[in-house]
Amino acid sequence: MAEAARARPIPTPETQHFWDGTKAGELRLQRCDACDHVYFPPRPFCPSCASRKVSVFPASGKATLYSYVINHRPPAPGFTPPYAIAVVTLEEGPRMMTNIVDCPQTPEALVLDMPLKVTFEKLDDAITLPLFAPAKA
Amino acid sequence: MRRNQVAVVGAAETTKLGVIPDMSQIQLHADAALNAIADAGLKLSDIDGIATAVETPQQIAHYLGITPTWVDGTSVGGCSFMLHVRHAAAAIEAGLCKTVLITHAESGKSMIGKPPRSIPAYSLQGQFEAPFGVYGPPSMFPIPVLRFMKTYGITHEQIASVAVAQREWAAKNPRAMMKDPITVADVLNSRMIAYPFRLLQCCLVTDGGGALILTSADRAKDFPQKPVYILGTGESVETPMVSQMETFDSSRAFKVAGPTAFKEAGIAHKDVDHLMIYDAFAHLPLYGLGDLGFMPYEETGKFIADGNTRPGGKLPLNTNGGGLSYMHSGMYGMYALQESVRQMRGIAPAQVKDAKISVCHGVGGMFAASGTIIFTNEK
Repeated sequence: MAEAARARPIPTPETQHFWDGTKAGELRLQRCDACDHVYFPPRPFCPSCASRKVSVFPASGKATLYSYVINHRPPAPGFTPPYAIAVVTLEEGPRMMTNIVDCPQTPEALVLDMPLKVTFEKLDDAITLPLFAPAKA
Repeated sequence: MRRNQVAVVGAAETTKLGVIPDMSQIQLHADAALNAIADAGLKLSDIDGIATAVETPQQIAHYLGITPTWVDGTSVGGCSFMLHVRHAAAAIEAGLCKTVLITHAESGKSMIGKPPRSIPAYSLQGQFEAPFGVYGPPSMFPIPVLRFMKTYGITHEQIASVAVAQREWAAKNPRAMMKDPITVADVLNSRMIAYPFRLLQCCLVTDGGGALILTSADRAKDFPQKPVYILGTGESVETPMVSQMETFDSSRAFKVAGPTAFKEAGIAHKDVDHLMIYDAFAHLPLYGLGDLGFMPYEETGKFIADGNTRPGGKLPLNTNGGGLSYMHSGMYGMYALQESVRQMRGIAPAQVKDAKISVCHGVGGMFAASGTIIFTNEK
């Protein structure tokens, strides 16, 4: 490899459905069949009631900006500073870390609670990352 | 746990602090341990319990030549040593051992003999945080702070004042790394690291270590140093993923550990003479003041900006200069404990007059873990 690449996740049996989902253009969450709790990150049981009866479903992809930093230094391999590392609140409730794309990486453009929409960036044949962009009005 | 049944009878840091390129990490452990053993007037063979983090207890026990009957390798980040104190106090009370040595050391700056810290790509952090450009604590630990500021109306200037107040304490401490006075403007004009935090709102990176020796309060009076009793303790963990905290408005681990310790100690906030809140970054004292119940979160920024935690203020906080100005080798909790012990012994460089109760609150990871120890010098 000529340049240092972005950290690449290695799926486990419990998370494979998530990464299969992003590859297919879906943001997949899990819902407990017993108590309806929606959760992330993936695991084959409900972290609220411990039921093993859980279902995978595609999320709406709608989110709002919960908080972020704009990282200047040191930059992670594969990133050009300054870049925002964000945590978003999904419409279904769970939060996840991501990057905000199609948006200046500035405090003025990145406003807490702004509406966002998921978008997908292919890293390689196995991994596609879920990123978020400002939602069109 | 019962109050005041166990005491700190030995406490010391490494002979040198700061940049120590001529010593490996394990030797820093040994240097701190030997200093603490000398401080307590003990021999290595008197130690029958050992606790440490990152390095394993077997590594340290072998290196020092100790044969323990009680071992604790709890390693939950920078507050591990608060948890060790809590566990050691319980073990001594239960009769599992008599004299416990707790060591920390890290070659955080020089990286001599220090295993690399890495996040496995198959871990949940590796899958769901690392791909988004987190790279070391400065890119992760401040992620919650913009939400905290919005929720409670905290200003950039107020958070900058944390660094200013602590620099004032550091100026009184000959062993502090950074002693030159700074202003809020200096903080807000320093180099951007990870917005909203700038260089002077991030902890130092240094080499060093520290060690503590604990024994039962009954034996403590026979030791050369003034005993410092364990009045209350608490601990908890939340999540290794900052993105998965229940809320960014507070720390669940802080809210369990702190109040548990206060309840065990049977004290009110007005009883606290001296306070340490692990300050890897400048927002942590605000979370700590709120989560430990000193005041509503909305008031934490103004409280510090108004000078209440600086020298002469009504709640002396981080009196060694803290991780921002004193030293921070990577796991700062041990240095916070050392300062609480110095204050309770009455020998701190910036001594708080007549201090009788010290609260020492630690964080591990990025709000991943927490431990709180409340000390007193009155039995």
